[in-house]
Amino acid sequence: MDLPDLPEAEHQNVRFADGFVLDCGTTLPELTVAYRTYGTLDAARANAVLVCHALTGDQYVAEPSPVTGKEGWWTQVVGPGRPVDTDRYFVICANVLGGCMGSTGPRSLRPDGSRWGTDFPPVTIRDMVRAQKRLVEHLGIERLFAVIGGSMGGMQVLEWASTYPDALFAAVPIAAASHHSAQNIAFHEVGRQAIFADPEYHGGRYHEHGTIPARGLAVARMAAHITYLSEEALARKFGRRLQNGGLSIFGDMFQVESYLRHQGSTFVRRFDANSYLTITRAMDYFDLAADHGDDLAAAFAGTKARFCVVSFSSDWLFPTRESRALVRALNRAAANVSFVEIPTDKGHDAFLLDEPDFHRTLAGFLAGCAERAGIVR
Amino acid sequence: MNQISRPAPEPIKFVAKNMRLDLRLIAEMIEPGSRVLDIGSGDGSLIETLFRTRGCDARGIEIDMAEVTRSVAHGLPVMHGDADHDLAEYPDGAFDFVVLSRTLQAVERPREVLRHMLRIGTRAIVSFPNFGHWLVRLQLLSTGRMPMTSVWSRAWYETPNIHPCTIRDCMALCEQDGYVIEQWLAVDDAGQRSPWRRFPGLANIFGEQALFRLRKA
Repeated sequence: MDLPDLPEAEHQNVRFADGFVLDCGTTLPELTVAYRTYGTLDAARANAVLVCHALTGDQYVAEPSPVTGKEGWWTQVVGPGRPVDTDRYFVICANVLGGCMGSTGPRSLRPDGSRWGTDFPPVTIRDMVRAQKRLVEHLGIERLFAVIGGSMGGMQVLEWASTYPDALFAAVPIAAASHHSAQNIAFHEVGRQAIFADPEYHGGRYHEHGTIPARGLAVARMAAHITYLSEEALARKFGRRLQNGGLSIFGDMFQVESYLRHQGSTFVRRFDANSYLTITRAMDYFDLAADHGDDLAAAFAGTKARFCVVSFSSDWLFPTRESRALVRALNRAAANVSFVEIPTDKGHDAFLLDEPDFHRTLAGFLAGCAERAGIVR
Repeated sequence: MNQISRPAPEPIKFVAKNMRLDLRLIAEMIEPGSRVLDIGSGDGSLIETLFRTRGCDARGIEIDMAEVTRSVAHGLPVMHGDADHDLAEYPDGAFDFVVLSRTLQAVERPREVLRHMLRIGTRAIVSFPNFGHWLVRLQLLSTGRMPMTSVWSRAWYETPNIHPCTIRDCMALCEQDGYVIEQWLAVDDAGQRSPWRRFPGLANIFGEQALFRLRKA
């Protein structure tokens, strides 16, 4: 499949030219963090909320993406009058390190003008968080009011709470876990192998060949997308229905097949394959307990942050039992923790969808924290 | 009985109008500014009262997910969990007060729950419906069937109250496990504090609900 590379777009960013040391030991000569902000920072600089995006998300939380033209990925949650109320909070979202929406990643150019490509060093969730910390400091914010994120965004929230306990008042890990499970790593590996198997991948040097591994990346997205849904949701949305009402000269196709193909084909127009490889790897590496002598509670020892852990009943990618394990570790650390499981049949993706109970929970938790933090409108 | 004189209670500046009486009495037993864990926090009215009127850092554990969601959406720190399975995780001395209201009779292992409450908290406050109440005794004696009263209102085969106990039972367990009863009171049918505080035997007959404040010896 021959497709042009991702559209080039100008992304608001900040560049740090003093080098950035990664967990793997490599130093990036410079770090660019692309980001967006919404709302107004108050005089005390106390109302900043950092939103951390998931694997294929970006910094365009609450406004159309310049690449796809589609509305922001969390407009139901972030905006005026929304649970993360931009009339009240100053919301920041940065494209993760290793991403492809303007932050330093495999698509970025090295100082010599060549693309990083597969030479881009492996990054970790902590590297992503340290890059965000640079941005937050650059914006003149010493302590964030809250750090919020779902899925991989939730991993970043946990890493924030562990690495910078004094730099946040509240932490909201949603549909997340303290480590990536063997099953989750397995699904990621299927996706990566699909990319590697695409002849257009060219060992990661597809840019030099003026192509992209669209077929492999689409298959990776399709496999991953199944894990974001639930069987009930698939049955409800598609069941066993055929696309054109039955057999035709084009053969038959189930609606669910058509849906997945659509998901795959739109994805390759907005995401870079090498970024996908880099970020899925970062998620796979994530194991907060392992970083603290196999004691998850030690990761949060002495934390003063207020936690709100949210899971969704039909999420089998980051199931409730993993959130509960996280909550118990937070209890062992005597942390202040709220924990809610939202009943839904929408699977892992529920955190991105219209879930009124979730939205009420998030809004109420933040309002309660704002009262205790003394943030006035 | 190891009873100490009761400190003059702080006047209550605010209580939710529809707050259960035993919760109001519990709130009176908790010193301002304390760290409190409320097990079975229900709609969160106790932790809200403790936060708003006594400046307490009060948190809740609740088994009913709808109540948890309502509480968190109301800005209260509440987590889904239960007395039998979640207390073991907390470190020693994490709280000044651990509260278990009207739930002791419904947990799987009341003795273990009490032990954990007094491990993770300096003090425990426990309230329960008194199975020694005269109406309960009378019904069992006269009909030979499990009593059914306004408090004990579910049939034996479906009641969640699997460990009914009396005021004297609770006192005996405290003595056996070495807990000091700092305060206790019984409440009669009309919700008034009973006058039999010096006479546990009478309280055990006329008290419908019992409330204990405990600490380790």
